[in-house]
Amino acid sequence: MDNKLFKEYEDLIPAKIIDDVKASLPDKISDSKVKKIMELVYEEYKNSLAEPGESVGLVAAESIGEPSTQMTLNTFHFAGVSEMNVTTGLPRIIEVLDGRAEISTKMMQIYLKSPYSEGKDIKKIAESIKETTLKEYIKETSIDIAESQMMLSLDEDKLSRVGMKPATIIKVLEKAFAKGYSFKPSKENENVLIIKSTSKEDDLNNIYKLKEKLQEIYVNGIKGIKQVLPVRKGEEYIVVTSGSNLKDVFKLEFVNPDKTITNDIFEIEKILGVEAARQAIIDEVAKVIDEQGLNVDLRHIMLVSDIMTTSATVLGVNRYGIVKEKPSVLARASFETPIKHIINASISGETDYLRSVIENVMINQVVPVGTGLPRLTVKVEKKGKKEKSEKE
Amino acid sequence: MVEVFIDNKYVGNVKDGKKFSEDIIAFRRIGKLPMEVNVRYDQKMDQIFVETARGRAIRPLIVVKDGKSVLTDKHLEQLRNNSLSWADLLKQGLLEYLDPTEEENALVAFYESDLTSEHTHLEISPIAILGLCTSLIPFGQFNQGVRLSQGSKNQKQAVGFYAANYFCRIDMDVNILHYPQNPVVKTLMHDVSDYEKHPSGQNVVIAVMPYDGYNMEDAVVINRGSVDRGLGRSTYYRPVVSEELRYPGGLMDEIVIPNKDVKGYRTEKDYRFLEEDGIVSAESKVAEGDVIIGKTSPPRFLNSMDEYNLAGNVRRESSMTLEHGEKGVVDLVMLSENEEGNRLIQVRLREQRIPEIGDKFISRHGQKGVIGLVVPEQDIPFSETGMRPDILFNPHGLPKRMTVAHLMEMLGGRVGAMEGRFVDGTTFDSENADDLRKTLEKLGFKEDGTEVMYSSITGRPYTARIFIGNMYYQRLKHMVANKMHSRARGPIQLLTRQPTEGRAKEGGLRLGEMEKDTFVAHGASMLLKERFDSDKTIVPICEKCGMIGVYDSRKNKSYCPVCGDTAELSNVEIAYAFKLFMDEIKSFGIYPKMILKSEYE
Repeated sequence: MDNKLFKEYEDLIPAKIIDDVKASLPDKISDSKVKKIMELVYEEYKNSLAEPGESVGLVAAESIGEPSTQMTLNTFHFAGVSEMNVTTGLPRIIEVLDGRAEISTKMMQIYLKSPYSEGKDIKKIAESIKETTLKEYIKETSIDIAESQMMLSLDEDKLSRVGMKPATIIKVLEKAFAKGYSFKPSKENENVLIIKSTSKEDDLNNIYKLKEKLQEIYVNGIKGIKQVLPVRKGEEYIVVTSGSNLKDVFKLEFVNPDKTITNDIFEIEKILGVEAARQAIIDEVAKVIDEQGLNVDLRHIMLVSDIMTTSATVLGVNRYGIVKEKPSVLARASFETPIKHIINASISGETDYLRSVIENVMINQVVPVGTGLPRLTVKVEKKGKKEKSEKE
Repeated sequence: MVEVFIDNKYVGNVKDGKKFSEDIIAFRRIGKLPMEVNVRYDQKMDQIFVETARGRAIRPLIVVKDGKSVLTDKHLEQLRNNSLSWADLLKQGLLEYLDPTEEENALVAFYESDLTSEHTHLEISPIAILGLCTSLIPFGQFNQGVRLSQGSKNQKQAVGFYAANYFCRIDMDVNILHYPQNPVVKTLMHDVSDYEKHPSGQNVVIAVMPYDGYNMEDAVVINRGSVDRGLGRSTYYRPVVSEELRYPGGLMDEIVIPNKDVKGYRTEKDYRFLEEDGIVSAESKVAEGDVIIGKTSPPRFLNSMDEYNLAGNVRRESSMTLEHGEKGVVDLVMLSENEEGNRLIQVRLREQRIPEIGDKFISRHGQKGVIGLVVPEQDIPFSETGMRPDILFNPHGLPKRMTVAHLMEMLGGRVGAMEGRFVDGTTFDSENADDLRKTLEKLGFKEDGTEVMYSSITGRPYTARIFIGNMYYQRLKHMVANKMHSRARGPIQLLTRQPTEGRAKEGGLRLGEMEKDTFVAHGASMLLKERFDSDKTIVPICEKCGMIGVYDSRKNKSYCPVCGDTAELSNVEIAYAFKLFMDEIKSFGIYPKMILKSEYE
């Protein structure tokens, strides 16, 4: 195809659109038709641009805010498959836009590499990701007061299912408690562990406390993954988890890191960078809005996400986040905690240049959007040289 | 062992919970325990709750024994010839009051025919599941539940005849309907509650048809002829009250026609209705600004400057006047004393309220609407007999709301009006719709209640037959005369120089923050500025120190109180609220400096 036709539009239209047009053109097409198409594409592109002075921010805010008020507060449940539940609806949107570091329900969608994505060993893989603690392998604990020792009887079935032996449990325990206690399998049954304090003054109370501690000892799996659920998504099998640990999941050799995602935006920012976080915000908000059957143009969400991430970290839409970044004192004061802002501004001697909307509304001046933007430019002699009469 | 709680306080244990609770009930029925005591036996929890506290909602039910009502026909006969009273029934244990707790243990039958051996109680009447107001709605069983509650809610606002001694009472906001009527379609509750002694509506002829779009969106079109004959006419009473207050130092308010040297004297014209005692004469027509009760008060500050004050103690004018938009006729003047022994003057104003466009009317089925048009009688459609309806009701109000009872009442009302009798529309126990239809046919009408009607404008019959009937209509106390409001210019607040708020103060309508957003979203900057111009001021600002200066009108020159008159000042237009904001910032010790720049630089 003749690339010259596209060349003249290279500076006018984003490359992505040109590529899209190229891809969707039929194989045989006359140059004049391509030219016509490009003219129309350019026209369409120009029409969809925001005009100078259009208040895109306010329109975005209202466009997201208005449908959000119609959203129901109930949380959406996975369609009958499991007991997993995820925050959605308005609470989720608030959570994302507020830029909360600690979100209420973390979730991951782990995509797998080839043989596993077709369903090979899917249950086993899912189980291996899940964080397990010792409590899941203990069948029974009993304390022998006479001998001051504790007996742990392990669940054989469970151990064999994940391919572990009592010896491995002992290793885990020895690692967790560097000294102070000895762990030995009992003589009669290797599945019963005997725990004894090595110090001479063996206090029964200490042994008792140990019982509680043992429960929470991390054995295997990935830390932070509380629940796993293998799900078939389209053609392939994926693992949906509650709890999130992007870094460690990426290290697993059977995981496809290109597609695996989490809903924890701060984790994405930490591991994948701020651009990924920007996209994550867009996806998360758009997902909720789609779920509720509402219709909000994606560009409004993109604008909000852009503003949240322009400062190279994720900032929330609140007085500690993007509002704090506003250059105008009056604009900040008109949001929350006005006196704090005014006093701080006076301490550092800030100047408000009255460049955005809200300050100008406050002092009743023309707001610099729409019809208030164009100005008349006139050359005026420098003040002081001429007399008052000439000044207007 | 069963735990026993009295009013949720643990008091002890009993062995047999079932017997214990049955004993309490038996004692209550024979009068050994007060009838307000209720008991509940929770078998699952093995606990007994005895309730004696006040504030529980209790309701009467007929006691059932072995699947048979203890209230027999013999009792009913005795009730009819007044040899037995309600109290007797309670005393004999035929009726008893249950509270929500004891209802948990009870099984109540709706109708006597439903009774089985398991039932413990029987409803006195199925209508008892409804409240007083709701049971005033005829044919309620044909309505959607929501409409019943809406209908009863609205009935409470109906203009009626609230007390026979209204003419010697001074109440706030009173509306009296001029020609109240008893409804043709009644319910049991109308008789029980002596409704004919305080009715609150009128029987009108209503046709279900649109009228040139003037009754769309729930509006109704009303016949001017009917209005002229007194339909929906009411009187509005409002008191004006003033008292002679006592002040420290033996000073007092005084009810008089104020002297001309009183501070704040109005004009002589404003006092023209006052009699010598300073109170308006009865039956005088007063309007906005007229003084109703003339009063003077002692000066506000007594001390200091007294010796130098040549005029001496100048009293203040503190008369009661009619505020903006008020008018009426003085109906009654009452002189009395209040609890503190101060003289109290109460003047009642009266105003006739003829139905006008915007007044609210309602049928008893939550079908409320305002008058959209008052049509001259000659333009109202008429039937074959020449009869013209009072109200034209839009059929679009019916399908979605499903108020079938509205139509039933029209049918019933028509039969009642033609036969000269009351129709019983008691919910769950009403007259049969089919019977009503048959009666209508016997009376020589179409049995479906429709009639051929003629347009009064063209004289031709309408292609559709119009459903027409009689029904009870009520006027609600919301009248445009009390609500209509407009403002172009008017009073402003002293502090902010912004327009006042509210109808009473002739205030403006606020263009709020979200409305502002719409202007910004459209980029209509200039319009936005104009809308927020209500408190604009031009202030001289010092170019040197950036503070607001002073304009000296004698020298026709502005100066800066900080920098003296050496500094140059420029006039800048800002919102007064912003000037106020700057002043407040200054008050907590911050120096807001305004840096001025020419717009053209």
